[in-house]
Amino acid sequence: MNISLNITETIQEWLIGMMPEGAASIVAMVAVALIYLIIFAVAGLYLVLLERRVAAWFQLRIGPNRVGPLGLLQTMADALKLVSKELTGTIKADKFLYNLAPYFVIVSSLMALAVFPFTKEFQAFDINIGIFFLIAISSVGVIGILLGGWSSNNKFALIGAMRSGVQTISYELSVGLSLLTMVVITGSLQLSEIVEVQKQGWLILQGHVPAIIAFMVYMIAGTAETNRAPFDMVEAESELGAGFHTEYSGMKFAYFFLAEFINMFIIAAVATTVFFGAWLSPFGITESIPWLGAFWFLGKTLVLVFLMMWFRWTFPRLRVDQLLTLEWKYLLPINLVNLVIMAIIVWLNLTIKF
Amino acid sequence: MSYFSNIYNGIKTLLTGMSVTGKYFLTSRKGAITQQYPDNRDTLKMFERFRGEVVMPHDENNEHQCTGCQKCELACPNGSIEIIWDRGIDETTGKKKKFIDKHIYHLGLCTMCGLCIEACPTDAIVWAPNFENSTYDRTQLTKVLNRPDSKVKAGIED
Ligand code: SF4
Ligand code: SF4
Repeated sequence: MNISLNITETIQEWLIGMMPEGAASIVAMVAVALIYLIIFAVAGLYLVLLERRVAAWFQLRIGPNRVGPLGLLQTMADALKLVSKELTGTIKADKFLYNLAPYFVIVSSLMALAVFPFTKEFQAFDINIGIFFLIAISSVGVIGILLGGWSSNNKFALIGAMRSGVQTISYELSVGLSLLTMVVITGSLQLSEIVEVQKQGWLILQGHVPAIIAFMVYMIAGTAETNRAPFDMVEAESELGAGFHTEYSGMKFAYFFLAEFINMFIIAAVATTVFFGAWLSPFGITESIPWLGAFWFLGKTLVLVFLMMWFRWTFPRLRVDQLLTLEWKYLLPINLVNLVIMAIIVWLNLTIKF
Repeated sequence: MSYFSNIYNGIKTLLTGMSVTGKYFLTSRKGAITQQYPDNRDTLKMFERFRGEVVMPHDENNEHQCTGCQKCELACPNGSIEIIWDRGIDETTGKKKKFIDKHIYHLGLCTMCGLCIEACPTDAIVWAPNFENSTYDRTQLTKVLNRPDSKVKAGIED
């Protein structure tokens, strides 16, 4: 297999001086995992804060501004509070599955983070089937949601979980197909190669019309994948309490909550990688300073995250039948036609290359 | 063909919605409606129609406009107002006349419905914007609205 562990390699080389090679590679992997875990736990908390501030601004409020300078420590304080809370549960809950569910959700979303090329070097796991891996991993999370809803022994949680199942199964299709449309241009599933192709222009420009349609479909389906408003029937507060995590408290609730925000980041990061050239700067203005790639990557991702927040605070929630109509009658046919158009464009060499 | 016009209309209406919220987002820094209350206590001004508590205004001669007709007491759906009244001799006419001794208002019972104020024929009671009504003792919520030694304004009954 063609696996290159870019940041792991640097750490590994440094460790090999101290211990045998096998141990060094394991220690290096653990170290990278820990680095990612810490970075993204904190990043997730700040995404929650960002969401709350942005939501406040959309609603002409001020938002959290009391804890720490400008309210920057608010979500830290919330997390601390959740850690110190009692873990409650229903009496007849299926204890094993009930406790397992949050880890499914959080682990699957953290796993997906490993493949993103934050810069040329900062990529933990450059697997050759990158896009496929991402699509596969992103549907594992829904098992956690289904388990959580089922094992809580609460009918609202179960309804929420089942809705989530319906939703994810339908919209997975659109996410996959819209990404495939772009893979037609790149000819590779490996994320580093996808970035390489985009040195001749970001894919959204290279593929022009069908790429823009694919991007729109991807953003709609991606928002549905993360179970966020306007597709948040999974936790429709007005109907289901808190949906599948009604019976969770304390840190287990926090895992679900954090996973939702990390998933949002993942969806935006995939869009950044596939459509907007990942760490490539516009017109190559900072090509000589490689570490600035992380800045460009995060900048583009945050713009897309903001777009999803904008959706959330603008659109009303869909009904279940509307949700399915949107997917099966609109997004899917459009997507299939779009895929054919893209194939024709690539075949006739009509892509725009700089 | 309604299929394509559906898509077109869908996208158009979604963009309209997003432009509305987008405008709010951009102007939110100036137009935030949140009051950062205990901090801005000195500058906070309640709006005109705010219902804080019922008060009885007195003028500079310590005169109010309450004739003691008890209409407010009758109008109040939950008995928050009690009027203790008496009869005395009117100095100008020499006739016997009703006047109030105490206009008692139980703020703790009041639901701020405003019916008493509507009912008062002489506009003797009005809303005050004061909302900092919390106390440590329930008895402090029972207020006597007319000041001691105040009397009714002359000519208000005519
Ligand atoms: S506002 Fe309503 S409840 Fe309060 S004293 Fe007047 S009539 Fe009674
Ligand atoms: S406050 Fe008004 S309604 Fe009430 S007793 Fe006095 S005059 Fe009558």
